[in-house]
Parts: sequence; structure tokens; C-alpha cells
Amino acid sequence: MSIEVRSISKTFGRFAALRGVSLRVETGELVALLGPSGSGKTTLLRIIAGMEQPDPGSGPILFEDENVARRGVGARQVGFVFQHYALFRHMTVFENVAFGLRVRPGKLRPPKEVIRQRVRRLLQLVQLETFANRYPNQLSGGQRQRVALARALAIEPRVLLLDEPFGSLDAKVRKELRQWLRRLHDEIHITSVFVTHDQEEALELADRVVVMNEGQIEQIGTPDEVFHSPCTEFVTTFLGQVNFFHGRVEDGKLHFASLTWDAPEAAEMPAQPVRVFVRPHDFEVDTHRNGAPSFKATVRRVHSAGPNVRLELTAESGEHLLVELPQEHYRSRQIAAGSQVYVTPRDVKVFAKNGTDGQDAADGQVE
Amino acid sequence: MSSASGAAVSVAPAWQGRVRSATTEPAAVRWALIGVSLLFLGVFLVVPLVAVFYQALAKGLGEYLRALVDPHARAAIGLTLITAAIVVPLNTVFGIAAAWAIAKFEFRGKQLLITLIDLPFSVSPVVAGLIFILVFGRNGWLGPWLDARGLNVVFAVPGIVLATLFVTFPFVARELIPLMQAQGTEEEEAARVLGASGWQTLWRVTLPNIKWGLLYGIILCNGRAMGEFGAVSVVSGRIRGLTNTMPLHVEVLYYENVAAAFAVASLLALLALVTLAAKSVLEWNVRRQVARAGNNLAQGESP
Repeated sequence: MSIEVRSISKTFGRFAALRGVSLRVETGELVALLGPSGSGKTTLLRIIAGMEQPDPGSGPILFEDENVARRGVGARQVGFVFQHYALFRHMTVFENVAFGLRVRPGKLRPPKEVIRQRVRRLLQLVQLETFANRYPNQLSGGQRQRVALARALAIEPRVLLLDEPFGSLDAKVRKELRQWLRRLHDEIHITSVFVTHDQEEALELADRVVVMNEGQIEQIGTPDEVFHSPCTEFVTTFLGQVNFFHGRVEDGKLHFASLTWDAPEAAEMPAQPVRVFVRPHDFEVDTHRNGAPSFKATVRRVHSAGPNVRLELTAESGEHLLVELPQEHYRSRQIAAGSQVYVTPRDVKVFAKNGTDGQDAADGQVE
Repeated sequence: MSSASGAAVSVAPAWQGRVRSATTEPAAVRWALIGVSLLFLGVFLVVPLVAVFYQALAKGLGEYLRALVDPHARAAIGLTLITAAIVVPLNTVFGIAAAWAIAKFEFRGKQLLITLIDLPFSVSPVVAGLIFILVFGRNGWLGPWLDARGLNVVFAVPGIVLATLFVTFPFVARELIPLMQAQGTEEEEAARVLGASGWQTLWRVTLPNIKWGLLYGIILCNGRAMGEFGAVSVVSGRIRGLTNTMPLHVEVLYYENVAAAFAVASLLALLALVTLAAKSVLEWNVRRQVARAGNNLAQGESP
């Protein structure tokens, strides 16, 4: 079942939560709505579910080819997993999962035995068979999360919507559940949309990522596309850490941090001041000039614990920057706090200064 | 308090001797405070309560029972029960509706509504009674209209019910608002998404979640409905056997037959004791429910 929304707007009082958002989710896809708080991602999810009504004048909400915009929340047959799970606290795990089937009107309600079997199957699916008689407050966060998921799946939903599904869990449980959810999705292939503000989560879990900011979609693409080819400044800064420089383009060449660079992006740009972004792992660092264009910098701190070595540098031109090197690369060179190094960018992102940027990055800030 | 001070003592180095936590007072102060409270309770609550039962039984059990089966006493007991039977269910429904509106929706004038709910607590019961005389009395706004149709409100049972309704309105709502606010609306939303109708959501999700708080509110409301004197006294007209409730009947009897007055009063006192007992049992359950609401949230945030 595909989901499509067209030019959806939503205002709360004076606050515009969504401004004409259009999105299509293909059948069986797992899509992440990624953005900072206030970007409208949860509002969009709740509108798809029918818990919020879009502003008048908004376009249709299509499940496959059927417009469900005028259908009530109960009639849309969506599975919804709430951020804080919203389990019924006075019901056991079994009763929670059975709820959606038991409240069906007489003719559509499955017989008791069928309900029991289906609930048991779902509890097996989420690995909680032995917890059927527990109450929600007797479960851990990760277990509650899985009950919420089983409860949402019990009504055989046409689409599955998850609001910050891992937001309330600690880091370790979060990672495990994330992988588990991905496996589950690969098994049952239900069209799913989840909301997150955690870029790592979105990039790891989703087939496609929808990056949202201030009520609009900035970019839609595979994790690879949005990470490696961000098409706006916001996407660049929001997905992972990035170093920022003021620069300018002249004669198709990019100038920044006492460096002149033949960036392909700059070739077609007219002469103008620009904003330049470089990811920490897109630098090469050497202790002497090696022929490649480079700028001089001083090492301030070295963090060598972890899979990569992280260097805090101050460029000759004054910017502070963060650089990530592979361990062996770091070991083969004499780099220590206080030493002079030469830095060569491998890949840069360039955006015109008068572009549509809400971002106000300070000089040399590491985002 | 004791556990806090215990912890403070156990972590303090030995050379510091006994270390008090900041909120623990010296023993003398503690005993003085406890003593004053107990003395106060004894003089103003326990002694009068014992006195009521003592006086009621002063002339023997026979006289006590005779006072209770007296036709006027029976009429007063009956009227009190009828009033409570009408008022408590109505205020339960009003209370749930008001608490629901306040806790689960955002709307203009919400603060005003909360203030208005408290109005019966802040208005003197006599004034509350007079309000109904002003509206429904012979010279009141609706008086002539009612008169023309032969309907009596003031100095009749409807007036008593209205006055009691007014005075006991806040109990259920007051009890439910904080509970429902703590529980939020997510469970109701979840129920709706799962296909439950509004009615099913109310019966299967909302009411079970508030049942202990609701029962607590009902018991307080009932206690007050049966015991209300001031407001009822103004609108009742005290027609013996017709518009006298138990508290009014006690007052009338007091000037004629003290033992009989205390006999009826002892029933009211008994009601108060039962209410108190039920209240403390329920309070314990409500505390657990609120704790669970908080717990669910807290554990949800960091398991």
C-alpha cells in the first residue's frame, strides 16, 4: 500500500508547522522523516494517521489510490506507534495487543479463539510470548516498545507509522531495537514511515530519508544520496558533523582558508561570496607539503580513542576545524598536539551565500 | 524523613558524630509538633465525636432506636438519601465531563472554568442558598413563571436538591482533573487509532484509568451531600416530615429532645466515619494510580 500526500499545510495558531508538503512513499518502503524539533515531521505523520486535520485547501492523502483525507482516524486502518508507547496501563500485554480486534463492531470482530491465536502469533513475532500476563509498568522500555508495535500490527494495518520509535530508549537498547525493526520490516514488508531527529538512526534504518526543516521538505533520497550529495546547506549541516568556511568563487575557482581550489561545483558559479562545508573525514592531513593544494594548521588536541582519530585544528586563517583520520594514517605520521600540519580537502560542498539558508553558522564552527 | 536522616547518618564520617539532614528537626521540636497536633485533634474531633455517641445513648438503647424510627426522623433520613441519590450521580457525570474538558482539551476560557468549578468552595453556603431563593423564590426571577405552573422549587425538595448540587459540584471534578492531566491523552489517541469508537474509548480506556480517583470524589461528594446544612437550611423552609433533611432535623430536635437530636446526629457521624475509612482506602489506591501514571512516563523516557 503506497502513501501519497500532496501540498499539505498545517498551522497551529500562528505557527506554520507544515507548508505545502508533498511526499510519496512506495509500497513496502521504510521511510524516515528526519528533522530537528519543530520541523513538522511529527505533524506530517499525525496527519497521515488522521490524528490531525490539514488546513483547508491542502491536497489529498492517498493510500494506494484511495483518498482517505475525509476518513476518521479509526477508519484509516493505520498502525501507529507512539513516542511514549501509550500502552493501556490497566490492561495486560495480551489485552493491549487484543484491543484493536476486540473493539471491532460485531460483524467484523473475529471469534475469541482467532483473536487469541493472532495475539499469540504477534507476541511471538516481537519475542514477548512469556509476558502476555504482565502489565506495562512491569516491562522495560524496549519491551514496551515491542508491545506497542505488536498492538499496532494486530489490526492488520495498511501502513505502519512510528513516532520517534526509539526516542525514549537508552543508547544500547536503541541500537538493538533498530536492527531488529529493520529485520522485522524485511520480513513483513509493510509500508512504514517513522519520525526521528537522529540522523544516524534515519541513515541506518531507512530505505529513503526525507529531510525536513521549518515545515518543508529539504531533500528526499536514499541515505547515501542525502549524506553524500546534500542539495541544501541545511541537509549538509544536519546530517553529520561538518566544518564551515566563508569563501568566495572567482573565475570558476574556489578560494577559502588561504587555499585556491579547483572545485567542480565552483566551475559554473558566477563570482560571488560562498559558504563552504567540509566533512571531518573529507580532509587529508600531512606533516609536510606533498604537492596537493593545502593550507597550514596547528593541532590543538588529539582524540585517539575510537575507530578513527579526531583532530582539533586551528587553520592559519583562524578557523577551528575538526578532522577525522583512520588510525593507521595517524600512526604513520608524526602528529601530536602543538605540531604544524598541512590540510588538503578531498571533497567540499559549496552554497551561494544569498541562497535559502536559515542556518547561521558562525566562523569556523563545527556543526 | 527518617529514611533521609538515616542515609545522612550512614554516609557521614565517624568523626562528625550524628549529622542531621537539613530537614530533620531536633527530637524536642518533633515531639512538640506531634503533641500539639494530637492534642488539637483530641479536643476538637475525638472528644466531640465520643460526646455525640455518649449523648445519643444517654437514655438507653430503647430511646435511641425510638428516636430513629420516629416518623419525622424517618422522613428526614429518607429525604437525605433521596437528595444524595439524585445529586451524586449528576455531579459524577458533570465532574467527569468538566475534568475531561479541562484535562484533555485546549480551549479559550479554560482557566475561567477551573476557577468557576471552585466557586462553591469559596462561597458561603448561606449565600449559595440565597442564590436559589433569588432565582426560584416567589419574588425571584423565575418565581412567577413557576408559580403559574404550580411548581415549587424553594421550600420544597427541588430546592434542596439544587442547593446540594451546587455545594457539592467541585468534589468529583477537583479529584479527577490532576489525575487526568497526569495521564494525558495518548492512550485515548491510541484507542482511536486502533478503531475504538468514542464510547468504547470512554468505557474501556478513560474510565478504568480514573476509577479510583472517581470513586474517591464520589465518596467525598456523597459525604457532603448528606451532611450539608447551610445552603439547604436557607431553601428548605424546614417543614417537618417534608423538607427537613437529617442535619436540619437534628437542629430542630435539639431544642426539644437532646437525646433524640444526638441519636440522629450519631447517624451522620457514623456516615462521616464510614466516609473517612473508605476515603483512606481509596486515597491509597489513587496514589498508586498517580504514581503509575508518572512511572509509565518516567520509565518511558529512560527505561
